[in-house]
Amino acid sequence: MRHLIDIIDLSVEEIDELITTAEDIIANPAKYAEVCHGKKLATLFFEPSTRTRLSFEAAMLDLGGRTLGFSDASTSSASKGETVGDTVQVVSCYADIIAMRHPKEGAPYAATQVSSIPVINAGDGGHNHPTQTLTDLLTIHREFGHLDNLTIGFCGDLKFGRTVHSLVTALCRYENIKFIFISPPELKIPDYLKENVLDAQGKDYVEVESMEDAMPQLDILYMTRVQKERFFNEADYLRLRDTYILDPEKLAAAKPEMRVLHPLPRVNEITVDVDKDPRACYFRQAANGKFVRMALIMKLLEVHA
Amino acid sequence: MNIDSIRNGYVLDHIKAGRSMEIYKYLKLNELNCSVAIIKNVKSSKMGKKDIIKIDSLIDLDMTVLGYIDPDITVNVIQDGKLLEKKPLELPTKLVNVIHCKNPRCITSTEPQLDAIFLLGHKADGKRAYRCAYCDTEFKR
Repeated sequence: MRHLIDIIDLSVEEIDELITTAEDIIANPAKYAEVCHGKKLATLFFEPSTRTRLSFEAAMLDLGGRTLGFSDASTSSASKGETVGDTVQVVSCYADIIAMRHPKEGAPYAATQVSSIPVINAGDGGHNHPTQTLTDLLTIHREFGHLDNLTIGFCGDLKFGRTVHSLVTALCRYENIKFIFISPPELKIPDYLKENVLDAQGKDYVEVESMEDAMPQLDILYMTRVQKERFFNEADYLRLRDTYILDPEKLAAAKPEMRVLHPLPRVNEITVDVDKDPRACYFRQAANGKFVRMALIMKLLEVHA
Repeated sequence: MNIDSIRNGYVLDHIKAGRSMEIYKYLKLNELNCSVAIIKNVKSSKMGKKDIIKIDSLIDLDMTVLGYIDPDITVNVIQDGKLLEKKPLELPTKLVNVIHCKNPRCITSTEPQLDAIFLLGHKADGKRAYRCAYCDTEFKR
């Protein structure tokens, strides 16, 4: 039995295999319409989510399976003080696979210690979000046709942005990837990511504060939202939330083939008039999320078309 | 200064000066009924100053904790008043319920019944560090 807690739980070959399956699902959806018939996905969302939960549910429904679960900790026994481990042991009796989101870092790892069915980390606090990373990798692959030889700018909240941490870790395994980290000093990427991942693998990266200076060099601009829910202090959030706002004027300096990704939801960090620019691919990215989650559910349940 | 030699027990030698109380705490030596001697700031040709702990009983010594605190400590096992063996120490690859994560966002901060698990990893500067298995936060003493 396999779980997916951190993107590095998957080898590069397995990621390639998931991307290939997702591409085939996009091309031939009918072939996959019944592969999970009789299977149930439990979505345990201890923290609110729109995209991730619905894309997991849509993924299972499109595979012919069914879903159950909760979308808010207040409607589960967690509100009565039940531990993650107890919740998961109970749910293991009712479902075949779990997708879990939790505000505390490491909660899905705690779930794997007691679960008898596969657990997918659907986001744990500011830590990891591996299925968003699979979504991002599928999107990059569909937009560029490859996952190597790219210069990627990550912009915004790089400290608490779990999508950033997972994607950086994943991309480090591909050849000739250059990273430009654009953030205010308070929201720089965490030390563990620099020491354990980037420095440990001798990766090429710089940390800068100006989005405008970095723009012409980029193949991909990965924008993030400054997340209010990650701050203990509201004053810090208010001070930092409007640091970077991408608008058509700033985008004018970018390469014509550059792509803008964003894990969504966006607040104001990308103005809506950027949406119609062909370089904006965050809604295509959101669509890809369902297909790669279908491929992942199939892999962990060991079912085939 | 004279400390009686022990008959059956351990002599923990080459402890960095000032570290002996930390070891006393982690090994819970205060819970023992036998004689325990802590000797601080002993002159050492190799280390300048060192601490020594003598335990007058062959207790079940937690080598994982000792290895975590300092893998350079020498553990001398004494039996019938003679040196039986010197046990080698090394940094343990995994620590369970020895140290606890200080990250307030970690699941272990709200669910203390979970085992506190730390894994040994390499840092880019060649040093080694323990990181929480749940949230990846490095443990700093």
